[in-house]
Amino acid sequence: MSDIQVWTLVFVVLTFSLYIYIAYRSRVKDTKGFYVAGGGVPAPANGAAIAADWMSAASFISLAGIVAFATNGYFGSAYLMGWTGGYVLLALLLAPYLRKFGKYTVPDFVGDRYNETARLIAVVAVILISITYVAGQMAGVGIVFSRFLGVNLEWGVLIGMVIVFFYAVLGGMKGITWTQVAQYTVLIIAYLIPAFAISSTLTGKVVPQIGFGEVVSKLDQIQADLGFDAYSGIGSQSLRDMFLLTVALMAGTAGLPHVIVRFYTAKNVRAARYSALWALFFISLLYVSAPAIGAFSKFNIINPDSAEGLNGVAVDATPDWYNNWADVGLISVTDVNENGVIDLAASAAPAEPAAGQFGELVINNDIVVLATPEIAGLPAPVVGLVAAGGLAAALSTASGLLLAISSAVANDVYYKKINPRATEQRQVLAGRIAIAGAILVAGYFGINPPAFVAQVVAIAFGLAASALFPIIVLGIFWKKTTAIGAASGLLAGFGFTFIYVITTVRLAGDAPLTDPWFFDIPATAIGAVGLFINFVVTIVVSLFTPKPTPLMQELIEEVRYPGKTRLVEAHLAGKVDDEKLHGEGHH
Amino acid sequence: MDDAARKAYWRSNVRMVIGLLVIWAIVSYGAGILFADALNEAVPDFLGFPLGFWFAQQGSIITFVVLIAIYVFYMDRLDKKYGITEYEEEVRHS
Repeated sequence: MSDIQVWTLVFVVLTFSLYIYIAYRSRVKDTKGFYVAGGGVPAPANGAAIAADWMSAASFISLAGIVAFATNGYFGSAYLMGWTGGYVLLALLLAPYLRKFGKYTVPDFVGDRYNETARLIAVVAVILISITYVAGQMAGVGIVFSRFLGVNLEWGVLIGMVIVFFYAVLGGMKGITWTQVAQYTVLIIAYLIPAFAISSTLTGKVVPQIGFGEVVSKLDQIQADLGFDAYSGIGSQSLRDMFLLTVALMAGTAGLPHVIVRFYTAKNVRAARYSALWALFFISLLYVSAPAIGAFSKFNIINPDSAEGLNGVAVDATPDWYNNWADVGLISVTDVNENGVIDLAASAAPAEPAAGQFGELVINNDIVVLATPEIAGLPAPVVGLVAAGGLAAALSTASGLLLAISSAVANDVYYKKINPRATEQRQVLAGRIAIAGAILVAGYFGINPPAFVAQVVAIAFGLAASALFPIIVLGIFWKKTTAIGAASGLLAGFGFTFIYVITTVRLAGDAPLTDPWFFDIPATAIGAVGLFINFVVTIVVSLFTPKPTPLMQELIEEVRYPGKTRLVEAHLAGKVDDEKLHGEGHH
Repeated sequence: MDDAARKAYWRSNVRMVIGLLVIWAIVSYGAGILFADALNEAVPDFLGFPLGFWFAQQGSIITFVVLIAIYVFYMDRLDKKYGITEYEEEVRHS
């Protein structure tokens, strides 16, 4: 074993023992503790848990790489703004009201506010969104294990599946909340240490957010020399696609079931607001550092003068870090012009460039953060710590998502539709079976990922944006949104986005890729269109269908104010008559 | 709260939310995307960055945190003004 493998193993074992210990200590048996941690988690802790839940393999492993390498550099800002800006929507438009409403799950809100049809479509949406998202995490876990344990990607994913299953099933939400606080701590330390270290060695400035500036202007120059667009401008990229992608990611953030459900773990409306603030604060620490890491890493790789760089290096004298990643097939060079030297100029690329092509180099975006410490020549313990951080990010998110799936299946399908007399234990069992099923599906797509981690995840966001965000916001802010309106909007928006995604993304194997058939909009950004469709259909249909009952309108009115109110209390206690709330002919 | 107080509370809330979302949109979609190239040219050296690029990768994120902070503190004051001191505690199964 190499030094790096030893240190990785040390950090992974240490941190995992900590998580499992915490999960075991706070394990739960009833449904309430399983899904919402009994409502008693302080706001900063809840914020850190949301942050860990939220910052997945996509944020930790993939983000810096996709910003710096997937395009010229600037275009990737869509991911940075999208994944943070959505929290503003969440905090201002959703979190306080959903907390006041006080139900367990997103389909619960949709079903109670609208009708059973809308609930059912929402359940399907929640399950599809979550599985897509978990698949992204599994792919991330696979990359970490394959590189640092020296196993192949399949085994890496399999190991990840077993671990995720073990503690998502064991813990439940309460266990997960405190475990995620620990995971946030691990992942942010693991992310910031290399950022600060590289900034000091590369620029002489300790704070990466400041050192980053001069590197960007150097990258502009180097990329121009190599024949690429400047790092800092839109160049030949599509401003429209960047705009749409940002919209899809922002609204998707605000519509993600596993994040929304988190606000129910807050003690009350006020705590829900503070949880959102803490969450974004914790998230922003990573998000203002990620673009710096990406830029440092790209600079180190493509700068002709860097010690561990690849620009102009002989094909048979590549640096160690390159060889390690090449062994697992995540970076490669084809000497197109056969001059024995790696040529990174745009003109040196083969006629049919692969994804991640950069001159003669093909780099998988997902390795950038994990490889950065090695490229910068940081010591082995730092590399091991970063690997442990990446796993923390992937696992914390996967377990949160699996809980969203299991609550959708156990609560919204099994309990509500199949067996309303099910005991709490049976519901928890149904939830656990759902988790196992979801892991198998996600594991399959983790082994056969249709795209880079961040892109798989971006698609999940598009689905969330088009399905849930519009009908929840309208449900709160426009009392006259009708059940038929919401169900139609949900079906139209989500249906369009889902069909677009499965017809344009290669799902597995070598199936041919269809061209993006709707105005050339990439699958990652199509959620913005689905969102728009959902809004328009919901509003138009609502104008022409029977209005919600006065009682429903009064209930929505009450949701808008914090504090104890009569109708919301009665509704939560199950004392509001369904027929009176939803009108005649409900069900 | 009586009906008039409720209306006033909600109006203050919605007005604040709209104001904050306008800033949110100007900073991200405006400075970070639509006018980024123009800002890059106008201010090529803001803390070492072209300004539009800085907004897209740093400034917008920092602004988002500040916006939520303003909202949270404003709502605390609003709650107090309308005498909301007791918050509900319950979360239930349907």
